[in-house]
Amino acid sequence: MSALLSVEDLGVDVVPPDARRLVESVTFDVHEGERLGVIGESGSGKSLTALAILGLLAHPLRARGHARFTVGGAVVDAVSASQRRLDRVRGATVSAVFQEPLASLDPLMRVGDQLAWPLAHHRGLRGDALRRAILDALADVQLPAPERIARSYIHEISGGQRQRVAIALALAAGPRLLIADEPTTALDVTVQAGVLELLQREIADRGMSLIFISHDLPVVSAVADRVLVMRGGRQAELDETRRLLRSPAHEYTRSLVAASRRLDAFLEVHPHGR
Amino acid sequence: MAADTRGVLEAADVSFQYRRDRPVLHGVSVAVGPGQSLGLVGESGAGKTSLLRLLLGLDAPTSGRVLFDGAPLDRGSRGLRAFRRAVQPVYQDPFSSLDPRRTVGDAIAEPLRSLGLPGGRGERAQRVAELLRDVDLPADAASRYPEAFSGGQRQRIAIARALAPRPRIILADEPVSALDTSVRMHVIELFLRLAHENGIGILLVSHDLTIVSALCRRMAVLEAGRIVEEGETADLLTAPQHPYTQRLLSAVPRLPAA
Repeated sequence: MSALLSVEDLGVDVVPPDARRLVESVTFDVHEGERLGVIGESGSGKSLTALAILGLLAHPLRARGHARFTVGGAVVDAVSASQRRLDRVRGATVSAVFQEPLASLDPLMRVGDQLAWPLAHHRGLRGDALRRAILDALADVQLPAPERIARSYIHEISGGQRQRVAIALALAAGPRLLIADEPTTALDVTVQAGVLELLQREIADRGMSLIFISHDLPVVSAVADRVLVMRGGRQAELDETRRLLRSPAHEYTRSLVAASRRLDAFLEVHPHGR
Repeated sequence: MAADTRGVLEAADVSFQYRRDRPVLHGVSVAVGPGQSLGLVGESGAGKTSLLRLLLGLDAPTSGRVLFDGAPLDRGSRGLRAFRRAVQPVYQDPFSSLDPRRTVGDAIAEPLRSLGLPGGRGERAQRVAELLRDVDLPADAASRYPEAFSGGQRQRIAIARALAPRPRIILADEPVSALDTSVRMHVIELFLRLAHENGIGILLVSHDLTIVSALCRRMAVLEAGRIVEEGETADLLTAPQHPYTQRLLSAVPRLPAA
């Protein structure tokens, strides 16, 4: 079976005169229905990799290598495709949610109006059918009172609700792959739990693929089948989640797993005794 | 016999609201003394930062009192300088809490100067060298600028600065939340060692139950401006009583069992 997304020798450069390599030699596939986690510290290149795959790098950044989407027999390489072809891939094949929901939401538009565009554009909905689809999309991400949320502006709803709206927007055009870049990092832990549960259920129900990017190993492990570890702009390791946790190959992964286990242990065995 | 209040920082039944806004704290009481550690855990909007500002004397409570050494903290009082020396803050963001134009040595010595502590340039330099050693940074760090250091190292610098005037209590606001996982462990260990060696009391404010559990013997859970549960950390982790504490505990992401 061919991969939905095939990333090969992907790199991100700063163009001259400040020429620098920020990401190098990233290679992985994402198959239909697969959930890939990407973990690394700040500055490890994980978000740049995501932006390169989405064709969203802006000057002075430039991608190298390949990020090929296979869409109904046709192949679109996000690194070299024209803007027009990229526009057809984004939304319908791949979409994204970011740490800060405002990255994808317009503060000056009502929530319902923002959802209307992808639903009308990609699914050809109009009139009552469009109105129903907007409310359904909001109900799918378990927002209470969809009618009220649809009429609201972003500043009128909570951070957790905003991220749910951003997820609804990313799913609206029915993409095959969702790239979620630190989608719960800015949220409170109890809110995070709900958003993670929602993301996983929507991905599973729709048979979609997921690239989940985070600095938080427990969160990534809960979500991903396989984990790509990034370190200093390079791919340190890529393995099945369970195997990676059990026997990490790269030294950085080993220290990360050990640190996470020790942090977990504080919740189990108390260092100050009883 | 009255309880010993020497070196104890206490909020007694404090409430607080910003002008005509809704109250952010309702009748909160917490106390921490030398050698003790108390973690205040809560999510955004729980009132953690407001409480911390009251305890640092940066805001005055709308009702209730903040006490240090058993005496109320009055802004502008003569006791304030002793208080400023005895209670030192450490903040979350090691990038914005250090002035990029001043050397690390200057930054660490700053509380010594601003608090008017006795000692000349030579003594201050000696104290800085001692503090750098305490937080496991090389001696030549003193002459370099913050930009030369990683997040974890900058947080060590911030801790060294807090330790400079030999405080009795450190108030730490999310001191490791901005750090990467592998660095986090090291800074936690540093805090534990320093508190243990110097008998400093720690009052830690965090949304992260794991960090609070790592650093604090006692814990208070703050929800919507009220303390809903307080006790020994070990007890709260093993048998949380309040539904919110239970929810908080079960929401912490953990690695699957090995």
